[in-house]
Amino acid sequence: MPSVETKQDVKYEAVIGLEVHAQLKTASKIFCGCSTKFGAGPNTQTCPICLGMPGVLPVLNRRVLEMAVKTGLALHCKISPYSRFARKNYFYPDLPKGYQISQYELPLCEKGYLEVAVNGQIKRIGIHRAHMEEDAGKNLHEGLEAASHVDLNRAGVPLLEIVSEPDIRSIDEAVAYLKTLRDILVYLDVCDGNMEEGSLRCEPNLSLRPVGREEFGTRVELKNINSFRFVQKSMEYEFRRQEKLLREGGRVAQETRLWNTEKEITVVMRSKEEAHDYRYFPEPDLVPLMIAEDLIEEVRKGLPELPDAKRERFAREYGIPVYDAEVLTISKDLAHYFEACVAVYAQPKTVSNWIMTELLRELNNRGQEIADCPIPPDRFAGLLKLIDDGTISGKIAKTVFEEMYRTGRSPDEIVNEKGLVQIRDTGAIEALIEDVLLAHPGERESYRQGKAQLLGFFIGQVMKRSQGKANPGKVNELLKKKLGEEKR
Amino acid sequence: MKLGKEEVEHVAKLARLAVSEEEKEAFSRQLSEILTYIGKLNELDTSKVEPTSHVLDLSNVFRDDIVSESLPAADVLANAPDRESDHFRVPKIIEERV
Amino acid sequence: MNPTPLTIHELHEQLKNHKTTSRELTRRVLDRIRSVEPKIHAYRTVTEESAMAQAEAADQWLQSPRPVHPLTGIPIALKDNLCTKGIRTTCSSKILENFIPPYDATVVQRLKESGAVIIGKTNMDEFAMGSSTENSAFGLTANPWDVNRIPGGSSGGSAAAVAADACIAALGSDTGGSIRQPAAMCGVVGLKPTYGRVSRYGLVAFASSLDQIGSITKDVTDCALMMDAIAGHDSYDSTSADIPTPDYARALNRNLNGLRIGIPREYFIDGTDPEVLHAVREAIHAMEKLGAKTREVRLTHTEYAVATYYILATAEAGSNLARYDGVKYGYRAKPTKDLLEMYMKTRQTGFGPEVKRRIMLGTYALSSGYYDAYYRKAQCVRTLIKGDFDEAFKQVDVIVTPTAPTAAFKIGEKTQDPLQMYLSDIFTISVNIAGIPALSMPCGFTKTGLPIGLQIMGRPFAEEAVLQAAYAYEQATEWHKRKPNI
Repeated sequence: MPSVETKQDVKYEAVIGLEVHAQLKTASKIFCGCSTKFGAGPNTQTCPICLGMPGVLPVLNRRVLEMAVKTGLALHCKISPYSRFARKNYFYPDLPKGYQISQYELPLCEKGYLEVAVNGQIKRIGIHRAHMEEDAGKNLHEGLEAASHVDLNRAGVPLLEIVSEPDIRSIDEAVAYLKTLRDILVYLDVCDGNMEEGSLRCEPNLSLRPVGREEFGTRVELKNINSFRFVQKSMEYEFRRQEKLLREGGRVAQETRLWNTEKEITVVMRSKEEAHDYRYFPEPDLVPLMIAEDLIEEVRKGLPELPDAKRERFAREYGIPVYDAEVLTISKDLAHYFEACVAVYAQPKTVSNWIMTELLRELNNRGQEIADCPIPPDRFAGLLKLIDDGTISGKIAKTVFEEMYRTGRSPDEIVNEKGLVQIRDTGAIEALIEDVLLAHPGERESYRQGKAQLLGFFIGQVMKRSQGKANPGKVNELLKKKLGEEKR
Repeated sequence: MKLGKEEVEHVAKLARLAVSEEEKEAFSRQLSEILTYIGKLNELDTSKVEPTSHVLDLSNVFRDDIVSESLPAADVLANAPDRESDHFRVPKIIEERV
Repeated sequence: MNPTPLTIHELHEQLKNHKTTSRELTRRVLDRIRSVEPKIHAYRTVTEESAMAQAEAADQWLQSPRPVHPLTGIPIALKDNLCTKGIRTTCSSKILENFIPPYDATVVQRLKESGAVIIGKTNMDEFAMGSSTENSAFGLTANPWDVNRIPGGSSGGSAAAVAADACIAALGSDTGGSIRQPAAMCGVVGLKPTYGRVSRYGLVAFASSLDQIGSITKDVTDCALMMDAIAGHDSYDSTSADIPTPDYARALNRNLNGLRIGIPREYFIDGTDPEVLHAVREAIHAMEKLGAKTREVRLTHTEYAVATYYILATAEAGSNLARYDGVKYGYRAKPTKDLLEMYMKTRQTGFGPEVKRRIMLGTYALSSGYYDAYYRKAQCVRTLIKGDFDEAFKQVDVIVTPTAPTAAFKIGEKTQDPLQMYLSDIFTISVNIAGIPALSMPCGFTKTGLPIGLQIMGRPFAEEAVLQAAYAYEQATEWHKRKPNI
C-alpha cells in the first residue's frame, strides 16, 4: 500500500505528442484565388468562396498538394495512393461555412518518422499522420466590451497538420522535435516557420506516468501557444502541475487547457464531457486524390538535401567538427554560403571559424539573416585568402571585414586604399623594433636581466607602432634575435 | 426507432437550433416516424458493398496557385447583419474556439 | 399577336427576322406576369428594370450583323436559389430574405453571355426542400391548371411561370425530383442533367452530391437549346465533368427506330394513380409505334431510394446550411446576450419547419455513434441503386416511367405528414442517387384536366438520347400544346 511519503518519491516521466499546424507557403489560398499575404487590412483578402457565401464551391490549389507530398516524403511518410477531404462541422464566427474542410479518413500522409538529436543521442519520433486543411479566420476581442470582431483574411489559408505519435518522453525532446520539424519545413521551402505570425503552431498533449510503467496516464491538450519559448514553458508548467496533482494523490482530468501568456499558466478550456462532435463526413464538393507512384517518385527526386543529411555530409566531406556542421546547417542559406566560400577558398575549417565568429556575430548584432549579408561569398573567401598569403594579418582582417560589411566593397580595395598591407620587410620591422627598444629602456634592461616574459610586451608595442600591419611572426623572430644579441 | 426529447435537445444543440417545447414534441414524433421508415435499409446486407461518396468517376481536380482579385471590402461586408470598422461584428463570444 | 405563349425557338425566328423586338417581348412577358401573379404567385422578385436594359442590349445585338444565339433577347426566369449579382437571392427563406449576392452563378453568367433577358427569380420550397412549394417562407405558388392545387416542388415557381407563360423558359434545380415533378404537375418539360454536366457554382447548395441545375421549358426543343447554353465544364466546380458537350438542339431530328426502352416493374406499382399509369402506358405504346423496342428491366433497390435519399440529402444539407449563422449575411435574431444565443435564435426563427426537420435528421445521422448505421449505410445502398441502373443500361438505351405517382395534389393535402410528402418523390429520387439524367414531359391529362408527366431516364452523360426519345414522342403528340386557362 503506497503511502503519501512514497508517492512523494515517485519519479514521473512525460509522455508527449505534438500536433503542429504549418502554413504552406502558397501565393493563393487552398480553395480560392485570394492572397495569403500576412498583414493586410481586415477582410480585404476575401472573396465569395472563402467567405462561405451561399452557392460557392472549393477547388484545390495544386501547390498545396505538391507541398504536402514533399513534406510527407521528407518525414518518411507513406503517401496514400487514394486520399480525400472531409468536412469537420462546428460553429464559430471565424469559420465561415460552419465546417472546416480537412481530412479525416484517408489522410494524405501516414506512418512516418523524424529523427532528432537530444543530448548527443539520436531519437526517432513517429509521425502518425499529416493532412491538408484550411485555416479559420480570426476573432478579435481586444478593447471590445459586448462584442467580438471577425476578420476572415486567414480563412482558407492552406495548412498542413502534422501529428506525432506519443513517442516523446521529455520536454527537451519535444522542443528538439519541433525545432527539427521547423528546420525541415523551412528547408523544403513549404513554410516560413514563423510562430509569432502564426505560420507555425504547436499544440502539445502531455501526460505523466511513473518511470518504468507501461501504460499512459490521462492526457491534457494544450492550446494557444505562439512561440518556441512558450512551447517549452507551457509544457514545463503542465508537467509540474500534473506532477503535483499526482503526488498529492489527485487525478489528472482529461481536458483541453489554454496557455495564458501573461500569467504563464495553463487554464482549463474544455473538459472531455464537452468534447465536440464534429460529424465528419466526406466532402462532396471535392473529388478524391489519386496519387500515382511516379508522381511520388518525381517529388522524391526533387527533394532538397535535408538538414540532418547535410550536417552529416558537412562533417564528413569538409572534415569540420560536428558542432560546426550543426551551426552551418541551421539554415539552408547559411549552408549554401559556407559551400560557396569553400569553393573559392578550400580551407573549410578557416571558413567555418570565420563564419561562426565574425559573420554570425555581425548578423546577430544587426538582427539580420544571411540573406541580408552584403558580402558575397567570393569576397568573404577573398579576405581569408589575403590572410593566408600573408598580405594582411588576422587582426587587420577583422577591421577589413567590418569595413566590407559596412560598405560592401572588396577586401583588396580596402586593403590597398587604407594601406593595410602587412609589413614583412626585415629592415622596416627592425627599424620599428629599434624605436620601441629606445622608448622602453627600463623594460629593455629587465629583459636583459632575464625577465623573458617581457618579449610579449615588446611584440605588442611593435605591432601597435605598426598600426597592426607588421607580420607578427616576423616581429617575433626579429625581436628574439635582437634581444638575444643584447643578452649576450 | 425512437428519438426521445433529450436526444432532440442534444441534436438541436449540435445544429445550433433553439427549439420550443412544441417543436421538441413535433420533432420527436416526426423524426421517430421517419427513422422507423429509414430502418428499412437494414433489410439489406451491405457488408460487402463499398460506399459511394461520388457518383462521378472524377479525381485530381486542381486550380493553379495564382492570386486573383479579392472582393472589394464594401462588397464583403455589404450583407453583414452587423459590422464595425471593416469587421463582421458578433455578440460576445463566451465559448472558446475548438 | 401575343408572343408570350410561344417557345424559344419560335421567338428566336421572330427576333432574328425582326418581326418583334426583345423589348416588345419583354414588355409583354412583364404584362403577363402582372396579370397572372395575383393568381399563381410564381415569382419572388421581378427584375423589370434590369430586364428592360438587357432587352435593349439584346435588340442592339439583333440589329447588328453578328451571329445571334438562340437565347438572345428571350426572357428567362431563374429559381431563387441561383445566385444573381446585385439581385436578391433568397431561397424562399427568411434567413436569406435580404441577401444580395456579389457574384453570378456560372449558369447565370452563361445565360447572360448568350444574350438572354433575366426576367426574375421564382418561388420555391425553402432551400429546395419540399415537393409542393408550400415550404416557401413567402407564400405558396398555385398550379396554373388549378389554383387550388400545388404546382409541385421545389422548383414550383419556375414550372408555374413557364406553364402560365409568365416567362419563356426557366431554370430550376433538382436534388430529388425538384425539376421533373413540378414540370410533370404543370404540364411542361423539365430536365435534370447528369450530375457533373452543369456547373453547380452559384447554386445555393441543398445536398451537394445530388444537386443539379436544369431547365424547365415549353417543349423539348427549348430544353435542348437551354442545355446548349448552360452545359459544360466549369473550372469553379470540382465536380463538373471535363468532357465535351454535344450540340443538343441539332441532334434532335431522329426517329425511334431501334431505340431500346426499358420498363422497370418497380415503377408500375399499386398506389400509383390509375390515370397516371394509363397515360404512361399509352405513351410507351406510342413510342413503340414510332419504332422503339421495349423490354422489362429490374431496378430492384427502388424501394430503398427514399430512405437512402433522406439520409444522404439531410446529412449534406445539415452541413451546407451551417453557414446561415447570422454572422456574414442574412437574417440575425436580435437582441441576444451572447454568441450561442444569437446562433440558436437566428436559426430557430430564420429557418422554416421543414428545413429545421431536415437539419435535425441530417445532424442526427452524422452524430457520434450513428455515422455507420445511417450515413455509411445509405452510401452503401447508393452503390446498390446505382448498380441497378448500370445493369439496366447494359440492356436498354433509356428507361421510361411515370414522373410522379399522382397528378398535382391539393394545397395543404400533405403538409401535416412529412413522410407522405417525401414518398411523392418516389419515382424521381433514384435518378439523383445514381447521378443519371432524366426528363419529364407531358403525356396526358387526368379527367379533371390535370397534366400527367412521363419520365425518360438515360445513361450518365447521355442527355442526347433522352432528348431524342422525348423529341420523337413529342412530335407524335399534342400534349405540349395545351395551355392552362388562366
